[in-house]
Amino acid sequence: MSLKSFSIRLASMIVTLFGVAVVVFVVIRVAPGDPIAMMLPPGASEADIERLRGLYGLDKTVVEQFFIWLGGVVQGDFGTSISLRQDVLTIVLGRLPATLELATMALVIACALGLLLAVLGTRRRGRRAEAAVDLWNGMTLSIPDFLWGLIFILLFAVAIPLFPVSGRINPQLNPDYVTNFLLLESILRFDFAVTGNLLRHMALPALALALPLSAVIAQVLKQSLKEVMGLDYVMLARAKGFSEFAVIWREALRNAILPTLTLAGVQFTFLIGGTVIVEKLFSYEGLGNLAIDAVINRDLPLIQGIVLVFAVLFILINLAVDLLYATLNPRLRNG
Amino acid sequence: MTLTRRALLGYGATGLGLSVAGLPIRASAQVQDLTIAYNVNLPSWDPTVGPSAVNPTIQGIYQSVFDQYIGQKPDLSLTEGLLTDWGWTDDYSQVKLTVREGVKWHDGTEFTPEDVVWSLERAGNPETGNPIQFIWSTIGNFRIDGNVVTADVKQFDPTLIKWMGFLTGYVLPKHYMEEVGPEGFEAAPIGTGPYMVERFERNAFVRLKANPDYWGGAPEFETVTIKFVTDASSRVAEVESGASHVTLEIPYEEYDRLKQKPGLEGVTTPVSDIAMIFINDVEPMLDENVRRAMHHAIDKQLIVDRLLSGYGVPIDTLQTPQYVAYDPSIQVDYDPELAKELLAKSGYGPDNPVRFTIQTTRGFKPKDYEMIQAIVGLWRRVGIEAEIEVYEIAKHFELRAADQLAPAAFYNWGNAIGDPSTSTGHAMFGPTPHSVWDGQELIDMIGPLWGEPDEQKRIEGWKAVDRKIAEDGLVIPLIQYVQPIIHSAEIEVTPHVSGALHPHRMTRA
Repeated sequence: MSLKSFSIRLASMIVTLFGVAVVVFVVIRVAPGDPIAMMLPPGASEADIERLRGLYGLDKTVVEQFFIWLGGVVQGDFGTSISLRQDVLTIVLGRLPATLELATMALVIACALGLLLAVLGTRRRGRRAEAAVDLWNGMTLSIPDFLWGLIFILLFAVAIPLFPVSGRINPQLNPDYVTNFLLLESILRFDFAVTGNLLRHMALPALALALPLSAVIAQVLKQSLKEVMGLDYVMLARAKGFSEFAVIWREALRNAILPTLTLAGVQFTFLIGGTVIVEKLFSYEGLGNLAIDAVINRDLPLIQGIVLVFAVLFILINLAVDLLYATLNPRLRNG
Repeated sequence: MTLTRRALLGYGATGLGLSVAGLPIRASAQVQDLTIAYNVNLPSWDPTVGPSAVNPTIQGIYQSVFDQYIGQKPDLSLTEGLLTDWGWTDDYSQVKLTVREGVKWHDGTEFTPEDVVWSLERAGNPETGNPIQFIWSTIGNFRIDGNVVTADVKQFDPTLIKWMGFLTGYVLPKHYMEEVGPEGFEAAPIGTGPYMVERFERNAFVRLKANPDYWGGAPEFETVTIKFVTDASSRVAEVESGASHVTLEIPYEEYDRLKQKPGLEGVTTPVSDIAMIFINDVEPMLDENVRRAMHHAIDKQLIVDRLLSGYGVPIDTLQTPQYVAYDPSIQVDYDPELAKELLAKSGYGPDNPVRFTIQTTRGFKPKDYEMIQAIVGLWRRVGIEAEIEVYEIAKHFELRAADQLAPAAFYNWGNAIGDPSTSTGHAMFGPTPHSVWDGQELIDMIGPLWGEPDEQKRIEGWKAVDRKIAEDGLVIPLIQYVQPIIHSAEIEVTPHVSGALHPHRMTRA
């Protein structure tokens, strides 16, 4: 990426973030629900309402509030959460690793499953196996992730209690880690008791998130493979006597996977957004669960902080996908 | 022996596999570590500040770690807390509080009357953001003599003592708060309560350890894990799978199913939380016939039986049977014929219905929307055509504070001190931001009761207000909610009318 295109990209990111900041700031103030009214007990007078409003800085105009908040954000101060009474950025960054680990695990499962299904469908095209793959894809796609979550809870946590229903880690374990990337850190520390426990807690929510995405990946990849399989170089590989599996795996997949990669990148951002309901269902202590509580409590600074961090994340992921795509695609790499 | 990279990876993978495939954690036969699947998160450890301070459900967790000035028995009656005696002077100019001796904070420091004074002063300071500051600020100029604290009464409020056992009525450690500050306190809170905080993961769980020096006697369970499981279906799965021993606030259908299962038992109790319909004094609610017809047309028992599986207590005033001002003689019977007659007097009927909007939440309380649907159906039979508007609870608060609710609006009202001032009083006294009925007649009746020192006269006064409200149809009380608790058969659970679930009230069966 040249300096000029990098500068353009950076400027575009700043404009996007400013736009997100304005929209979220205005929307949550226009939306019904006053945080002060939410915390008022019976007996509070108009004077009590005004006192609390002033205490939380909500007595100023929306424009004044916005610029005070923006001035803080520029200096890394996202404000103080009304409900949690802690620094917003600290809270959000503390939760982000849990969501990133969950979403990454879901993406890995989705990619592996999608790849498997696509290769199987292509290898057995025109046969019952392909029909079964299509049927499975249709089914996994039509059932939303939270419903998969409920099904998995009933099957693998209640009927056959193999996995825990809720949480990120067994409360009995007390890993004294430096970061909140518990899975990554436990692997690096060879602390497999913690790794195993984290994976057991992560398995059902990650699978619930992964299934619909795996169907999308499988469909797109299968279609790409179908197109590539008719190209000359694939025919040549066949003529050389390569097995059908080797043709798909070694020759066709390399070219067919590029559109899927872009898709997976875009879907990863949706996956992070999708963790909101699944995290709530599994009481998983990530950013999504936090977001729901923030909305319920009308915790304006926290909502703003979460949305802004989500926005930064989405922009960075898209940037990473673009860079990766440019690296892998020879036409873009040489262009 | 040489450890190759391949072998290391192999051992690692084997170890990981065994860890993942390890036996699931199940509740043991003899319960050692009590696990509770709680229905709310704990946003903050300071029980006197912020939105969580006024959330009645969270109080069960707070009361595990902190003690209140005055305790509250499961039936809402007051009992000794960190105060062993309390009362007003004869002329109500002072309040005298006797502080318990021999109590220690969780860090081993001695609890003193200075802690009580500091906590009361902090609660009354408008800059701390205590939402009940308007109550705590009615006393001041504290003096300590031995273990007796005396305060001057700036403005007499007969409910002050009851608030000492309710929202924000907690004693916090002066020395520790001054030493570690609010953030330090959030990270490692200490109190004088039956349990000490061992580990807290926000939005995930809190692990509590029994306080062996608790003045009320050490609790039965040495360790308690409270998991925050806000989704009802997940709570059901938690207790059904054996991962948690106790849970609460699950759908009644699930409660009925689970309590039939071997190893599980259930307990229900009516709690201090009621469903009601606010009536705003705008058209067509200015017509008394319409208001009274609305009330008489509702078959509350039918709603309880059909929608709430029988779990609910029909009520006709804003007092439940556990409240001090409950008067069973005040009744508004289900009488659809009377409702039709009343409507006919105002020119309405099934062919010419009175029309208005009713607002309701959906899913905020058990079967809230369904209840309103049923009520609208019953109203239609007598000549009332109500259009349902669904809103979020936050919107309700905002509209109510601005006196802009629809002519009728569903709400649930909690009152865990059981005093009529915090039910009928704040819900129906026009000048407060909580009431939407602004009739002067009611204002004149309620006004003198706020500072009435004669308790019997005060309670009788509130009963008269409730009778007036029922006769004029100024609000429609519907039902008192019943709290379902499912627990392992190896545990005894004592429910609390406030709705708080207390680990220290649980014992082995």
